[in-house]
Amino acid sequence: MSVFEEELYSKKVDFTLWKQLLRYAKPYTKQLVFLVFINVLTGIVDVFFPMMNRYAIDNFIVKGSLDGLGWYAALYGLLVAVQCLNVWFLISVAGKVEVFMVYDIRKAGFKHLQKLSFSYYDKTPVGWIMARMTSDAQRLGETISWGLVDLAWGFSMMIGIIIVMFSLNLRLALIALAVVPLLVVISLYFQKRILGGYRDVRKTNSRITGAFNEGIMGAKTTKTLVREEGNLEEFKDITGSMKAQSIRVAITSSIFMPIVTTLGGIGLALVLWQGGEGLLGQNPIIGVISLGTLYAFITYTLQFFEPIGQIARIFAELQSAQASAERVFSMINTPLEIDDSPGVRAKYGDSFNPKRDKWEQVGGDIAFENVSFAYKGGDQVLEDFSLKVKAGETIALVGETGSGKSTIVNLICRFYEPTGGQILIDGKDYRERSQLWLQSNLGYVLQAPHLFSGSIKDNIRYGKLDATDEEIEAAARLVNAHDFISRLDKGYDTEVGEGGGRMSTGQKQLVSFARAVVANPKLFVLDEATSSIDTETEQIIQTAIQKVLEGRTSFIIAHRLSTIRSADRILVIVDGRVIEEGSHKDLLGKKGYYYRLYTNQFLEEEGARILKKQ
Amino acid sequence: MLKRFKLLIKLMRGNRLLYLGSIIFVGLATLLSLVSPLIMRFTLDNVIYEESVDLPVFLDRIIRGLGGVDGLRRNLWICGLALLTITIINGLFQFIKGKWSAKASESIAKQLRDDLYDHIQKLPYDNHVKAETGDLIQRCTSDVETIRRFLSVQLVELGRAIIMLFAAIIIMLYIDVQMTLVSIAVVPIIFTFALVFFIKVQKAFLKADESEGRLSNILQESLTGVRVVRAFGRQVYENDKFDGRNSEYRDLVNKLIRLLAMYWSLSDGIALFQIGLVVILGVYRAASGQITFGDMNVFLSYVSMLLWPIRQMGRILTDMGKTLVSVGRIQEILDTPGETQDDDSVKAPIAGDIVFDSVDFEYEKGNPVLRGLSFKVEQGQTVAILGPTGSGKSSLMHLLQRLYDYTGGSITIGGVELKKIDKRWLRRHVGLVLQEPFLFSKTIKENIGIARPNAGDQEIFEASRIASVHSVIEEFDKGYETPVGERGVTLSGGQKQRVAIARTIINNSSILIFDDSLSAVDTETDAAIRKELKKRSREVTTFIISHRITTLSEADIILVLDEGRLIQSGTHDDLIEQSGLYQRIWSIQSSIEEGQAEDEKPAI
Repeated sequence: MSVFEEELYSKKVDFTLWKQLLRYAKPYTKQLVFLVFINVLTGIVDVFFPMMNRYAIDNFIVKGSLDGLGWYAALYGLLVAVQCLNVWFLISVAGKVEVFMVYDIRKAGFKHLQKLSFSYYDKTPVGWIMARMTSDAQRLGETISWGLVDLAWGFSMMIGIIIVMFSLNLRLALIALAVVPLLVVISLYFQKRILGGYRDVRKTNSRITGAFNEGIMGAKTTKTLVREEGNLEEFKDITGSMKAQSIRVAITSSIFMPIVTTLGGIGLALVLWQGGEGLLGQNPIIGVISLGTLYAFITYTLQFFEPIGQIARIFAELQSAQASAERVFSMINTPLEIDDSPGVRAKYGDSFNPKRDKWEQVGGDIAFENVSFAYKGGDQVLEDFSLKVKAGETIALVGETGSGKSTIVNLICRFYEPTGGQILIDGKDYRERSQLWLQSNLGYVLQAPHLFSGSIKDNIRYGKLDATDEEIEAAARLVNAHDFISRLDKGYDTEVGEGGGRMSTGQKQLVSFARAVVANPKLFVLDEATSSIDTETEQIIQTAIQKVLEGRTSFIIAHRLSTIRSADRILVIVDGRVIEEGSHKDLLGKKGYYYRLYTNQFLEEEGARILKKQ
Repeated sequence: MLKRFKLLIKLMRGNRLLYLGSIIFVGLATLLSLVSPLIMRFTLDNVIYEESVDLPVFLDRIIRGLGGVDGLRRNLWICGLALLTITIINGLFQFIKGKWSAKASESIAKQLRDDLYDHIQKLPYDNHVKAETGDLIQRCTSDVETIRRFLSVQLVELGRAIIMLFAAIIIMLYIDVQMTLVSIAVVPIIFTFALVFFIKVQKAFLKADESEGRLSNILQESLTGVRVVRAFGRQVYENDKFDGRNSEYRDLVNKLIRLLAMYWSLSDGIALFQIGLVVILGVYRAASGQITFGDMNVFLSYVSMLLWPIRQMGRILTDMGKTLVSVGRIQEILDTPGETQDDDSVKAPIAGDIVFDSVDFEYEKGNPVLRGLSFKVEQGQTVAILGPTGSGKSSLMHLLQRLYDYTGGSITIGGVELKKIDKRWLRRHVGLVLQEPFLFSKTIKENIGIARPNAGDQEIFEASRIASVHSVIEEFDKGYETPVGERGVTLSGGQKQRVAIARTIINNSSILIFDDSLSAVDTETDAAIRKELKKRSREVTTFIISHRITTLSEADIILVLDEGRLIQSGTHDDLIEQSGLYQRIWSIQSSIEEGQAEDEKPAI
């Protein structure tokens, strides 16, 4: 997982981003409007309580009468009940909007990820995508729902207070709120700095995680190199800057809070002073006020300062939410490099709504016609590459890393498309059929087999979702996986663990063979494993491969001698060209590239095999 | 529980004074915040309404100095100023508290992280072979974070809430007993409610957390397995699977939020009800003249101040439970015994002949890996080791760096018993290249010089040249400055092995061990590297584990191991005469030279 998450922030407000974000908010318009309404109501009730107290002071306490106290208490109780209900609505509705929006964004993101071509996955680390789908999506949902709640609540309360204060005593209100503009400016400044500080802390925190990761993964190497001290020094540097940054942020907020309270204190002191004079009738500016009014002013002044810090925080957060939106939407808006044409889609359906009844049967002839290919921004890998393969033929591709073997296979699978020329399946350019049509007829076994967590049965069934248990077992038997599976305690229901972690490499390979076989594909692509597995399993795998290849057009990126030998044709690929072609015997006879490769590499493997057979 | 609490206290070592200080200051700040309503009470009751009041002597004197109550009434600004002063001092105390508690908690967190890192590095080799990386990292990061958060915010908050509660109750009792009892009536209720709620809601939190974990697992699996997904055309299936987790998480969080909504609305209701009670009773008593308006204001202010921290306490106390669990998990790591250092170990020069005399080794009792191994290697010789998987080749090599200690017999280097030699000293002089070496996410240059911090560029280039990797590195855009790993180039297995060889030989060790560490390098490069090494020094004793017959045949001694026993040893010429493993591998090689591999393929 990518530890270093980039945190770039553009200062400008990007309206197109917000517009796109609003599209995700649209299904919840009703809830959002309701939220705003409840917020205004909450704000009003908040403003109402001090007015209640003012009434009590002026009418009961000052007059010394208790007439109507019962009604008063009832009204008070009613307000409490209303506020209780408001809070319930606020939290549950805002929370609901949040989780549903996050859900929607993730859903849209995942759907798009299912369509994106491999070129995207080649240059985008999984960790980056994970971060977009998890934390960024979360942040967007939070900002929209809670940000709105806090803003609406804060503003409605402040507006309510201003209205009431101004109508009670305009001049005293102006005096009480004199410091507010200053507070707004200071709050914005500090909140920005605090958020920026937290951002640094988060970045350093992921560096610490990375360092722990490296320290633990590399511990064996560290020990053999006696590098413990050096590592620890470097680690201490990172934790040192973490400490410094964290303390800096803490100090910044420790300065900010007292400033807010002090400014509030100034307002309060002014109210006490001027209001007190007003109560005594000594103040020519504000005139005479009642004790209840003075009390209301004191409460309002304290109440008014509360939301300002919050609102400033939200505005600062909006900036980082925009950055999140930028990243999430950059993913969702990534154009598809491989996409079926509208005509094809109309005829065969798309990946999510295929029209299987329109699909043609696959015969199995494959032809490359003058195919050239270059990875985006990379060198030409294939140029004018032509190849004819008859249905049922087994082709072994041999060559060094980077020779273009994998590219050829990727092109056959249409994970990439040719940049020039065309690839024909049964005589028709494969771009004239849908991607899903091809891939549904394709068996593909990777050199590092990837299993999904779940049982062995689930994993085999991945090849054919409606396979019966009998079909699954038959597939497993065909590839000789049945024996080891039935020896396991839970048999086919054994959990394979995350990424197949609880299985050995050999077992994973057998399961992935069975998965490919159960689909009964016409075309078969095998990227053979180089990793060493125990001899017994290796023999089993070899026989499995033979069986799997029967009757299918297959391409093998081959590493094992026995696999290569059994191929109908061996293609030796160097720099994207076929330099030698023929059977094993033919090629050895040529004493060319294949011969050299053979003596250098394959013999060694034979040696290694003997060692394992002991 | 108590033990863990003690551990937590122990972690605070060195910063306890800072903590004490910040709790004292938060206490002072709390007391000051209780003073503000008293100033208002005085202003309203005594200055404005001229009620007589008993003031402490020193306050009385001050007020007299200011012209008495009458003087104050004419200069009400003084009361305002007093209020402001209190607020400012309060803010100052808050600042000091914030600064000190941050310093203390961040120092503790740093210390904890450093200790963990240090300790993990010092764990014996065996622990790292068996380590569960994910769990370990989890403990080092999120558990430390849980503790840090508790120490930086919650502990001080807890102190504040307690001080606030006691001080407020005392002052209130001093003003009016009956009002006090009513004012704190709901405190136990709301506290119990909060505590019970947060304990109960833990389960919902846990469920949501687990569901989030499943969601990100599904996502990660689907993304890393994207080739499989596409190859089988399983987009719809994946989409449904993801949607299942996605909506499961959504529903669980939604449920959790509804629980929280219930909690906060109910506890808000209780709090408002409490305030209402104070208002009604206060109004009643003030109207009938039993208390003053200022008194009532004090009660109102205190009640509002008290309720919030008390509602938070439920959460803090449940978090404290989590913190103690984290402390326990971290302590488990720190309690794992590290590698032992013998006091009497020597730092003798590592040179001379190496003698194995009936060496036994077992990882666990009754499961011998090496049995009665005896052989002698002269300084400067090259020893090749051959044997099937599990025959004990690697274990044998690990013994030479004392990554494990042999359990029987003796190994001497230049006559010094290996077990007497200081481990780190030994490792510095015995270069071991692992089969799957780990490169650090630094530049290639830093990686090569990693075990020799003061290595000059020339030494680094020279080492890479010997390891046949110099020209490869030069071809990278940034050459030696190219970073390795996620943010830089991805090196192939062979390139990694060669970089690892370079970083090992730069130390000029007198013993070099290649634990199958040329396996991913092609045969010619393998030979070139060995030739360069010989050219460099004839004094270095070299051990090579390999399957390659060309590599094996050039060694001075070839050892053939099987099931922990030395079954054959000698030179190439000796061994091809004896029937055995070596001969069989050799015969395949020579027969293949004639292009007859198929026929000679040994019967399976």
